[in-house]
Amino acid sequence: MYLRELSVSVSTMFARGLKRKCDQEEVTEGFGTVPSYSLQRQSLLDMSLVKLQLCHMLVEPNLCRSVLIANTVRQIQEEMSRDGVWHPGAPQGAGRAPLDRLVSTEVLCRTARGPHGEQAVPESGESPSQTPAPGLCTVSLAQELRDPESGLWEMDSPRESRASFSKSLDQIFETLESKPPGSMEELLSDVESSYYDLDTVLTGVVSGSKPGLCGGLEGFTTAPSPPSSGCKSDLAELDHVVEILVET
Amino acid sequence: MLLSLPALHLQTSEHHPLFQLPHGRLGPWCSPTGSPAPLSCEAGCGEGSWILVCRLLVPTQVSLLSMEEDIDTRKINNSFLRDHSYATEADIISTVEFNHTGELLATGDKGGRVVIFQREQESKNQVHRRGEYNVYSTFQSHEPEFDYLKSLEIEEKINKIRWLPQQNAAYFLLSTNDKTVKLWKVSERDKRPEGYNLKDEEGRLRDPATITTLRVPVLRPMDLMVEATPRRVFANAHTYHINSISVNSDYETYMSADDLRINLWNFEITNQSFNIVDIKPANMEELTEVITAAEFHPHHCNTFVYSSSKGTIRLCDMRASALCDRHTKFFEEPEDPSNRSFFSEIISSISDVKFSHSGRYIMTRDYLTVKVWDLNMENRPIETYQVHDYLRSKLCSLYENDCIFDKFECVWNGSDSVIMTGSYNNFFRMFDRNTKRDVTLEASRENSKPRAILKPRKVCVGGKRRKDEISVDSLDFSKKILHTAWHPSENIIAVAATNNLYIFQDKVN
Repeated sequence: MYLRELSVSVSTMFARGLKRKCDQEEVTEGFGTVPSYSLQRQSLLDMSLVKLQLCHMLVEPNLCRSVLIANTVRQIQEEMSRDGVWHPGAPQGAGRAPLDRLVSTEVLCRTARGPHGEQAVPESGESPSQTPAPGLCTVSLAQELRDPESGLWEMDSPRESRASFSKSLDQIFETLESKPPGSMEELLSDVESSYYDLDTVLTGVVSGSKPGLCGGLEGFTTAPSPPSSGCKSDLAELDHVVEILVET
Repeated sequence: MLLSLPALHLQTSEHHPLFQLPHGRLGPWCSPTGSPAPLSCEAGCGEGSWILVCRLLVPTQVSLLSMEEDIDTRKINNSFLRDHSYATEADIISTVEFNHTGELLATGDKGGRVVIFQREQESKNQVHRRGEYNVYSTFQSHEPEFDYLKSLEIEEKINKIRWLPQQNAAYFLLSTNDKTVKLWKVSERDKRPEGYNLKDEEGRLRDPATITTLRVPVLRPMDLMVEATPRRVFANAHTYHINSISVNSDYETYMSADDLRINLWNFEITNQSFNIVDIKPANMEELTEVITAAEFHPHHCNTFVYSSSKGTIRLCDMRASALCDRHTKFFEEPEDPSNRSFFSEIISSISDVKFSHSGRYIMTRDYLTVKVWDLNMENRPIETYQVHDYLRSKLCSLYENDCIFDKFECVWNGSDSVIMTGSYNNFFRMFDRNTKRDVTLEASRENSKPRAILKPRKVCVGGKRRKDEISVDSLDFSKKILHTAWHPSENIIAVAATNNLYIFQDKVN
């Protein structure tokens, strides 16, 4: 299976300390190349967050689906923390606007080349094309990041702000305009706080208590982190990579 | 190409009657034996010996039609040959269930309606026609509701129908949507009283001054009328969405299960239910697992099982304690480390659990497999069948278009020797547990002529595609068969494909 094969190869690369270099090499080979594992994992995380947010607001969201997606998100974030990629609080490199961070789903779901050199391209009818999609997905992602009131699977307590998707879009546009572009640090800190809010939402409590799960995650953030310079260059490379992908 | 489910809200409903495909006289009908006819060793399910009996399309306004036409709807079935290729979303069938004799077949749809089909009775003149199902009754079971506290709609979609065993002339079934379970009584009326004193034949009141004699009303035969009345409404007991109902073998109680809780009801009491399972954590942030299906043991009224989104099954004994939070048995297969991925948990989530008729086994359906478990062995299933393993490399796309969350059901045949489940592209699969043979069949208009033998289908995984094979990338993921049912004693199956109900029969030579 595609993801599995990559994880094996990436862990080998880890062992040889060649991860960053290999990532970049792998992706710059050409348009048809399989994206790196970390890129793919990141996109899966983003897609999952989007899925959690984009529930039907008229009908109660499917709890089973939400739980499964949230577990997937948790799993990805735990792995990213283990890999040392998850640094919500550390200062990040400057550069790209949030729009460029999201890889299109076509890239994400691209499978390896078949034995006959064919490219299996699993596309869903709704799979966004390269150009408009990142904008839409990122808008939704930013909505998830900026909208702590989103009810994910709370069922018991009534919610005041069940913003419809269009209303949330307005909120997003406001926040995107007001925020200086390309603030990776803020973006990631938003992710961390949104995860925190995920848990507050789960408890049905809006005020900021300290849920257990988030406590575990905060443990990651307070753990000794690699020097910020290494992190910075990681992200700069990631941005560079995404820039290439988006422009092709 | 993977296709996401298209929006199905098309033009408004139109009167189109129930119809059946024309049936030719292709051969003598198989004579009913009365005893369950196992799939023969020669034919078996691996050799495509299934034929299409009829395809039923449930229109949106069938009840109006029967009132206007005022003829037996069964006559309409036989005469209409029109084909309608569109349907509204409300017509999507969401559950299918035979009753305990197989005489009746009930379907529920997204619009909250229940349609009951009845098997054509055997007659000397038309021996071929036996085995076909015609509309018996249609009624609106659930209406859309609005929860004002949460500002959310409650869907009227029928999630499950379960029949009660027949105890008198009337039929009883339970139907449920996300929040409310209803007990419906379906009864026939073929006589009506005539000769009232105070009313004339049209029901108008007579002037008492004109009445000079008294007469006794008598019952006279009338055209058969089938009426459905709600006898009980079991409401306000579920905070979360009901996914299962199961009638107990004592025929006095039943259970309803939602994502986090299972309640036990007595049929006679609607304002109380007992909570027998509660997995809701004290802090909802710790929620990582939900209940996905539940069923009572077919013979032991104290035993039931429930499955979870983590791929586990718990068997509980109600004699152990009032709240069955501690299971008696815990069924879980250890994870295969070579198959591990971010989607492992999602595809391990069990979408359906069914006891065998014997009560010795349980069958579970997760996204890619069907598993048979022996109740006496908890650490792994005794049989695992791959339904569509070619999707394993497509999980990312299936996650993106949400298909990975599709909940497929699974069914046993009457003798527990064959199991069946659905797949995509209107395919459904049967696995013979004895011969270990399996077959893929398709429920589609284009490929099924009435009484023609269904041709087995094959999905080509890679490389050279043979003539009749279909490649994985050509599968239509909007055509999924989630709901199927198997007649309790005969080899008749009902397959729901979107808004079509297909009935197939094993062609016995």
